[in-house]
Amino acid sequence: MKTILYIIQKEFLQIIRDRMMLPIIFVIPIFQLLILAHAATYEIKYVDMGIIDLDQSVESRALVQKFEASPFFRINARSFSLEKLSDEMQNSRIEQILYIPSDFGYQIEKNAPVKVQLITDAVDGAAAGVMNAYALNIIKEFNKDVLKEAQLLSLNRKIIETRPSYWYNPDLDYKTFMIPGILVLLVSIIGLFLSGLNIVKEKEIGTIEQLNVTPIKKHHFIIGKLTPFWFIAMFDLFFGLALAKFVFNIPIVGSVGLIIGVASIYLVLVLGIGLFISTLADTQQQAMFIAWFFVIIFILLSGLFTPVENMPDWAQAINIINPIAYFIDFMRMVMLKGARLVDVSYHIISISIYAILSISLATWRYKKVV
Amino acid sequence: MIQIQNVHKSFGNIQALKGISLEIAEGELFGFIGPDGAGKTTLFRVLVSLLVPDEGKATVMDLDVVNDYKKLRTQLGYMPGRFSLYQDLTVEENLNFFAGIFKTTLKENYELIKPIYQQIEPFKKRRAGALSGGMKQKLALSCALIHKPKVLFLDEPTTGVDAVSRKEFWEMLQSLKKQGITIVVSTPYMEEAALCDRIALIQKGELLDIDKPQNIINRYSHFLYGIKAERMYDLVKILRENTHCNSAYLFGEYVHFSSNTELDMDKLKAELISTGMENVEVISLQANIEDSFMDLMAKTNNQA
Repeated sequence: MKTILYIIQKEFLQIIRDRMMLPIIFVIPIFQLLILAHAATYEIKYVDMGIIDLDQSVESRALVQKFEASPFFRINARSFSLEKLSDEMQNSRIEQILYIPSDFGYQIEKNAPVKVQLITDAVDGAAAGVMNAYALNIIKEFNKDVLKEAQLLSLNRKIIETRPSYWYNPDLDYKTFMIPGILVLLVSIIGLFLSGLNIVKEKEIGTIEQLNVTPIKKHHFIIGKLTPFWFIAMFDLFFGLALAKFVFNIPIVGSVGLIIGVASIYLVLVLGIGLFISTLADTQQQAMFIAWFFVIIFILLSGLFTPVENMPDWAQAINIINPIAYFIDFMRMVMLKGARLVDVSYHIISISIYAILSISLATWRYKKVV
Repeated sequence: MIQIQNVHKSFGNIQALKGISLEIAEGELFGFIGPDGAGKTTLFRVLVSLLVPDEGKATVMDLDVVNDYKKLRTQLGYMPGRFSLYQDLTVEENLNFFAGIFKTTLKENYELIKPIYQQIEPFKKRRAGALSGGMKQKLALSCALIHKPKVLFLDEPTTGVDAVSRKEFWEMLQSLKKQGITIVVSTPYMEEAALCDRIALIQKGELLDIDKPQNIINRYSHFLYGIKAERMYDLVKILRENTHCNSAYLFGEYVHFSSNTELDMDKLKAELISTGMENVEVISLQANIEDSFMDLMAKTNNQA
């Protein structure tokens, strides 16, 4: 027991001595939360639009005006040439083209069906869908006006109206959705990298050789090494939760105790993986690359940025072994939906099993020989 | 104290140790002498239980280095060839840490390390990384001694240390020996061999000879001459073509020239002058450890 304390004391001394450590512990969480929370958003503020109005009639101008009036559209180009606007789209100055044919007004006068064309830059498919929906909404509005004017739509006719109600995130604030995930990202990266580089560093500077000939027991060594980083990552989690609550006003609906409890198991898991990587690699550079490899794959698959449900089945299957996916899901459920212990028992069991596995693996791999 | 029987160790295709056998008695100051890559470090790592030999058996204090490694590690002191203490911790913190994990304290064993530690004590608040090479060695030795080991393994402790510190270091080893600690040391410096009780000459994973330094020198069977001239490089070439030549190599300011028969030094000098050498000087030499080592090395190579 005393041996563990000596190791912990030594680790903390080295952490304090390391000039880079304090910035890593304090600056990284602030930056990740403040920057990523704003950057990782799918909201589209406005669409840069180009207009081709070949008609120039009262009706066509009314339609264009509707776009001009919408806060979502900025009319950046007007032309009679589709070719010219195609060039503009090619160099990304506009994202969407509204094409109004020359018989637009005439057909409306005649009460005949009329066509307009919407061309959307669909390099980013998700964004294109959103832009398209915005534009269609405006055209639909315009359509309603035309029908009203033509007295085809009686004012007292019954229409089915849908009024959506958004639960758990009523303002559809993207930050509310992102921040629990970013918190997970934060503690995972801090935990994985600090622990992953730690034993490798001892290998690299040769201290492991002196340490290995001492009577330190394997589990003393692993516990002594893990504990300091566990505290650092835990501290960062608290720090991040406080930032979320007081800076971003994210409601923490569920139990903070539950979050802390599961986070403490999750950190054991992450640190175990880190130490395991540490035992595989010979240099800090190797450890860094292995850690990055896993972090990138786990994060992209985890559902932090894109919904897991949209991924192919095989990718979803990989998430069974993705610790980050479990914890992000858990954090969102507890922080935003107020999930109780029973609601997240599957997550807790998975994380616990995983934690035991990763620590056992790290302990087994760590050999006290050169 | 230490028994090594037919120890083999390979790394891939490289045979680092090819059947090493020897015994080291209690209280001995034993030296392994050999060039870089001879297998000294590998042998040390086997003896301190960091490497498992492929073949053979080694015991230290009757403890098997493979089976009884746990007990062995509490009783031996090891100073690796590379400085292996925490450079970001202070002198004092390093000592306290190693004392702690050996379940002892600096105070408890202060008497043993006092003569060494006293020299670096004024710098005890300094980080180990900021110490000079000689002070680093002293700190490393203090840490290796902190738990009162009965046997001390020092892998090239004086490599990269200045001449004064090296001398001091060997004096410290002599005083530790007086306290009954068995010391096994390795070095590439031949002149340090004379300071050991017994030495083993090691090359390419094989032992060439094991004996007291003086006995090894006495066994030297050639006549040895030191020769100096203006153009030393050409001199070596000419001497190697000499019919009496056994070996000729540059050593310090002289070429060491060995012959199987006794030579007339004046005649040799005249011969050299006739080949165009200038300022020729020929003296008779006593063989040193390096001459013996070179000789043994040449013999083994010829056999192979």
